Parts: sequence; structure tokens; C-alpha cells
Amino acid sequence: MIPELGEYALILALCLSALLGVVPLVGAAVGNALWCSFARPLSVGLFGFVLFSFLCLVWAFISNDFSVSYVAANSNTALPWFYRISAVWGGHEGSLLLWALILSCWILAVALKSDNLPQDMRARVLAVMGLIATGFILFVLFTSSPFERLLPNPPAEGGDLNPLLQDFGLIVHPPMLYMGYVGFSVAFAFAIAALISGRLDSAWARWSRPWTNIAWAFLTLGIVLGSWWAYYELGWGGWWFWDPVENASLMPWLIGTALVHSLAATEKRGVFKSWTVLLAIFAFSLSLLGTFLVRSGVLTSVHAFASDPERGFFILALLGITVGASLLLYAIKASKVKSESSFSLLSRESFLLVNNVLLTVICAMVLLGTLYPLVVDALNLGKLSVGPPYFNALFVPLAILLALMVGVGSQVRWRETSAALLVGQLWLPGLLALVATGLTWMALPEWPGVAAGLGLLLAWWVVFTGMRDLYNRVRNKRERLQAMFGQSRSYYGMMLAHAGIAVLAVGIALVASFSEQSDLRMQPGDRKSFGGYEFVFEGIKPGAGPNYRSDTGVIQVYRDGQLYTTMQPEKRLYTTRGMPMTEAAIDPGLFRDLYVALGEPLGNDAWAVRVQYKPFVRWIWLGGLLMMAGGLLAASDPRYRKQNRRDASVPA
Amino acid sequence: MRRIVLFLPLVLFFGLGFFLWRGLSIDPTELPSARLNQPFPAFQLASLTEPDRLLSAQDLKGQPALVNVWATWCPTCKEEHAFLNQLAARHEVQIFGINYKDDPLKAREWLKRYLNPYTAVILDEQGTLGLDLGVYGAPETYVVDADGVIRYRHVGAVDEKVWGQLKGLLDELRGGGA
Repeated sequence: MIPELGEYALILALCLSALLGVVPLVGAAVGNALWCSFARPLSVGLFGFVLFSFLCLVWAFISNDFSVSYVAANSNTALPWFYRISAVWGGHEGSLLLWALILSCWILAVALKSDNLPQDMRARVLAVMGLIATGFILFVLFTSSPFERLLPNPPAEGGDLNPLLQDFGLIVHPPMLYMGYVGFSVAFAFAIAALISGRLDSAWARWSRPWTNIAWAFLTLGIVLGSWWAYYELGWGGWWFWDPVENASLMPWLIGTALVHSLAATEKRGVFKSWTVLLAIFAFSLSLLGTFLVRSGVLTSVHAFASDPERGFFILALLGITVGASLLLYAIKASKVKSESSFSLLSRESFLLVNNVLLTVICAMVLLGTLYPLVVDALNLGKLSVGPPYFNALFVPLAILLALMVGVGSQVRWRETSAALLVGQLWLPGLLALVATGLTWMALPEWPGVAAGLGLLLAWWVVFTGMRDLYNRVRNKRERLQAMFGQSRSYYGMMLAHAGIAVLAVGIALVASFSEQSDLRMQPGDRKSFGGYEFVFEGIKPGAGPNYRSDTGVIQVYRDGQLYTTMQPEKRLYTTRGMPMTEAAIDPGLFRDLYVALGEPLGNDAWAVRVQYKPFVRWIWLGGLLMMAGGLLAASDPRYRKQNRRDASVPA
Repeated sequence: MRRIVLFLPLVLFFGLGFFLWRGLSIDPTELPSARLNQPFPAFQLASLTEPDRLLSAQDLKGQPALVNVWATWCPTCKEEHAFLNQLAARHEVQIFGINYKDDPLKAREWLKRYLNPYTAVILDEQGTLGLDLGVYGAPETYVVDADGVIRYRHVGAVDEKVWGQLKGLLDELRGGGA
């Protein structure tokens, strides 16, 4: 009964979203205020029905209703209750329903938080989002309904959630990632609404900015969680694999980062309007492309969930209509777009333009690397895959250039800066960065190599140029301390996000240069010295969990002859699926991780043991978290709420 | 001129869309082998079922055959096994097995319990032959022609659908050889 209610609720949600996609849009076109005013109640109703439908599916999982085929395939009675809830999005059908739910959350948020928007703008934005929702709910209902029954003979026991997904990281990773993916639909809807109305002005940019920042922050968090999960769960100790699905989440992030900066230039100076509109369209298109790549199975990947051509064609059609229509709209409307101000070569505008170009080029190169195998295959030139060497060779130099620009860009003024002034601002941070890098080098065991050394130098560069900027802002104030804490939240947000880049760069540079790894054959009583620690293998003890059997290795770690800690890597066999899993033991630290994973049994009680020493690996995720915090802080700036009430056409 | 430039993103997108559409009709599990159209790599390994007998690439020659990589630790192999048994019972094709990185005791037990569709099973306990072949994971199936040259590689389980393809290729090889 309940699953049927869920299905009906979803059908009703489809009707409401179709109405939302049409009525306010027509209302705005013909200037009918009543029709426009339907946007808000329809949004609330849409959210209500999708939420109800989702809760029905959650209930089916909690109550172990194995007559629902999706529940039977992804959950069983031995699964603890919290994994039964996260199993809702453990498979294809449920994760699409989650997608639809999150989209309707964003629609609700825009509907409730848009009091300051002109009515026709609000109507258009919500209508565009309603059209997107229509497409996705259609997709769920027609190709992947999670409510289908296995009747008349329901199984007594379900299958199992993929053991890879039975993990805290995987409970939170997909919802956060989707929050980011789907969040870009808001920036997209604003861009489309502005294109339709022909009002590509600074007011439009100011309205989009907080939404874009929030979406970007969630996407950052989602990627960080995914990277962290891969690190501790896949048992290899890597943190980024250039896997197609990882790339699929990185591409919208790169374009989203460019969008966040481009919006700033459009708002403040009325420039780069074409850039901003295109970036908004591409950020969301790449989110859809990411969904397509994961869900259609066109690329082989560790994430390959469902491989189903019918679904693939549906998403591709959805992608084609959404992106094709918006790019067509752009091509027709954008010829009227004019910049509102000019700028010289040495200006903040130029540096933001370089930032846009660099991020777009990086994204294009990731896209090329990800899709190249597909293109080659489609042209019958054979099968191949593009590996990390390609990505690293192109990504690293471009990222280094980008980090260099971060330091310069924050010092350059809008419109025009004299070269002499710029040099005057930058020589001291540059010198300090060199000295600090030298000091860091002395603290390190050895020279980390050119690329990593450059990474350290740039991290210090970003830090010192940021401090210089802050100093400039408080220098002439009487109350310096007060001025330091009195800057706007969007300024602190920017500083925090840029500090995140520095922390990330340190993490990547040091992990890449000073990681140590060794595959050892260990029998009980064996001692191995490694990375300043001594590992003693005590043996294996068998154990069992609710739905798996396990072998746990007991390894005592000594440091300077003293017992430091005991590490217990596990090898699990999930009984329902017969699938083995490695649970690495990690001793985390701010400056280094010890990482022990259990390999295969080698006979005579000996086991293969992989030991790794990972310096500063936490900094990679810490940097990501700082960026996320920066994005959220900037979005919370009261400026956006106050200035919204001002006349829309006055550039700030 | 400017108007035409504005259509560029749209054109690029449809170019990309074409490749995505083509990609959908391509099976991603169909990986080619670097060994394609190369002779089967030389090996000297014991037979799983007759431990005293040494098998070599010579044993694969004579008629087109399937070489199936399997192991008891591989759950998909169990599903595939039933279908291989059907093929063997219908005398459709000769199937050689490579027991890959496995415990021979368990593997013999498995063949007793689930029947043996293989003409002979090569015991590749260390995975050396698998390494030479470039095995990606189990199960994998190779089509080898009468001269012992690898003609096709399929990654994943052989089922009715895959067999349709393999059968076509085998018929072709038989026709050419006769």
C-alpha cells in the first residue's frame, strides 16, 4: 500500500512540476500577474509530494518490505537500520529519487527566499526549475521507478547493499554531491530567466551569487567526502584516481569555481556577461553529464552502478533538450549583450578573465581525457583508456599557474592598476614566500622535487599576498584591530577559500613527495621498521559482524621502543553477496597518517600486509573544507539581502 | 559574424552529444586484448583434473575453442558455470578452462559439485599465464582459432546474448579453416 502511495505522490508531483514549468512562464511572457503568482504555491506543493514519495520509499526500507523489488535488491534484515536508510540511495532508482527530492528542496528554497526578486523574474526562475524537475520525475517514473513490486511471490529475504556502500562516508557523500550538482540548477535557472527577459544586469548577478556559492560549497564538500572515502575504504591509500566518475564531479566544480568569480565581475563591473551566462549553463550541463556518465554505463569505472542503454538514451535526450535549448537561447539572445564598463590590461577584470580561461581550459582537458576513450571507440579506432599521467601532466602546470594568479589577482584593482604599484605590493609577499619555502625545506627530510617545491612556494605565496591585502585594508584605519574584524563576510569568505587552496597545495605536494609504501609478508612475531615506526605482526583473529565474517590483523606499532598504538586492519567477507572487502586501519594525524591494509593470506599464518606512511594527507581534505566554509560564509553576507531591495538596475 | 560565433557552443555540444549517443550502443565490457590476433602465449602448466599431466599451448590447437578464465573465489563464475555446462552438454564448442589464482583443492571440489564443462583445465595457481594473457579479472573468455591464435576476448560472464556473438565468430573461423 505505502509504496503505491509513494508512486502516486510522484505522479502528482509530476503534474505539479509540469504546471510549474508552464503557467508562471506564460504568465511572465504575457504579463499576467495572477499566473506568475502560481509559482510559489506550486513549488511548495511539488516539494511536499516528492518528499512524501521519498518517505514512502524510506518506510519500505525500514519495514523490510521485500515485495518492492528495489528494496529486495538493496537491503536485507541483517542490515543495521541506518544502512537501511542510506540504502535508499544505494542503487540507481533510489538515487534518482534523491536527485528529484534535492531538486525540489532547492525549488522550495528559491520560492521561499525570493521576496526581493521582481515577480516576473521569480516566476521565470521557478518555471525553469520546474521544467528540469518535470524531466527528472519523468525519467524516474518511466525508466527507473523504485516502487515496482515483486508480486505475487515476494522473497523472504533481500539481497544486500553493496558492501562498498556500507559505510559512513557513503551515507553522506551522495546527498552532498547531489546538493552541489542540483544546486547549480539555480544559477542555471537564473541565467536562463535573465536571457529570456533580456535583463542581463548586475542585479541578476547579485541574485545568483549566494545560490551559486552555496551550491559550490556543497559540491566541494561532496568531492572532499568522496576523496576521503576512497582513501580509507578502497584500501589503496590514494586520494584521487582520475576515475571517470570522479572527473564527472570535478568538471562542474571547476566551471562552478569560474562561475563564482565571473559573477563577481558581472555584479561589480557589469562585464563578462556572456562568460557568466555560458558558465552557468555549462556548470549545470556538466552536472547533468556527470549523471549521464554514471547512470548510463558508457564508461567503465569503479562506480559503474547501472548499465542500461534505455536509461542512457533517456538521460541523453534530457541532456540534449536542456543544454541544446539553453545554448540555442543563448545564441539568439546574447548578441544584444553589452559590457557596461571597460578595463585595461592590468586590472582585476583581466585577472578574473584569466581565471575563467584557465579553469575552463582545465575543465576542457579533463573532459577530453574522460571522453577520449569513448570518442576513439565511437570512431572504431579501438579501445583505450586515459590514465593519471595524462591528467597530471596537464593539470599540475595549469593549477600552478592558477595559484600564481590567485596571489596577483587579489592585489589588482578594478578597472586599472599601474605596474609600479603592483610590483610595490607584490615584492614583499614574494620574498617572504621564498624565505618561508626555504625554512619549510629545512624542516623537511629532503628537497621534495621541483613540482612539490613549487607547490609549497605557491602555498606561501597565496598566504602572504592574502595577508598583504588584509594589511592594506586596515593600514589607514585608526582602529586597526577593529578594521581587521570589521570586513564584510564575503571578503572573509574569499580569504578562507583562498587559504584553502594553500592548505590543499601543501597537502598535495607533501603527499606526492614523501609518501612511503611497502608491501610486506608478515608472520606472527615478525617485526618490520618503516617510516620511523616499528610494526609487529601479532597474528589474525577471526570475527563476525551483522552481515559479514572477518579476519582482523593485530599489529602493534612501536616508536622509539615504546608501544605507540595497536592497529587492526580487517578483511571482511560479506556473506550475502560473497564479496570481500578491505577495511584499512588508519592512525590519523594532522601531520601524517599511518595506513595499514591487510592483503591475501600467504599460507603458514603469513599474510601480505601493505603499510603506508602518508605525510600531510589530511591537509588535502582540510583545504577542501576551508574552501567550503569560505563559500558558505560569502553566501551568508547580509549585503545580498539588503541590496536586493534596491533598484535592480543600479550597478553597485 | 558575431552571431555565428554565438552558435559555436551549441554546435560543439551537439558534436559531443553525437559521441555520447554512439557510446551508448557500445558495450564497455568488451575490452580488446593486446594479444588479439597473436598466438596464445607459451606456457607449461599442470592440469587441474590430472595433476600428472602437463598442458601447453599445443593442446589448444586443432579446432576453434573457447578458453575460459575462472576461479572459485569469483561469484560471477558460478553463474556463468551453469551456462558453460549447457554449452558442453550440447557439444557446441570445446571449452578449455584456466583456473586462475585459486586453491586447487577447492577448484576440484567445485568441478565435482557443479559438473565439469571443460575439455581440460589449466592450473594457473600463481597467475603467471593470466599475466601473460593480460587477464583483467575473472571471468574472462577468449576465442582461439584452430592454429591457437587469439581471435576475441570477452570480459565478464558468457551468457545467451554473448554466446550469440561468440557463436557467429566460431562459425566464421570453422568455415575459414575448412
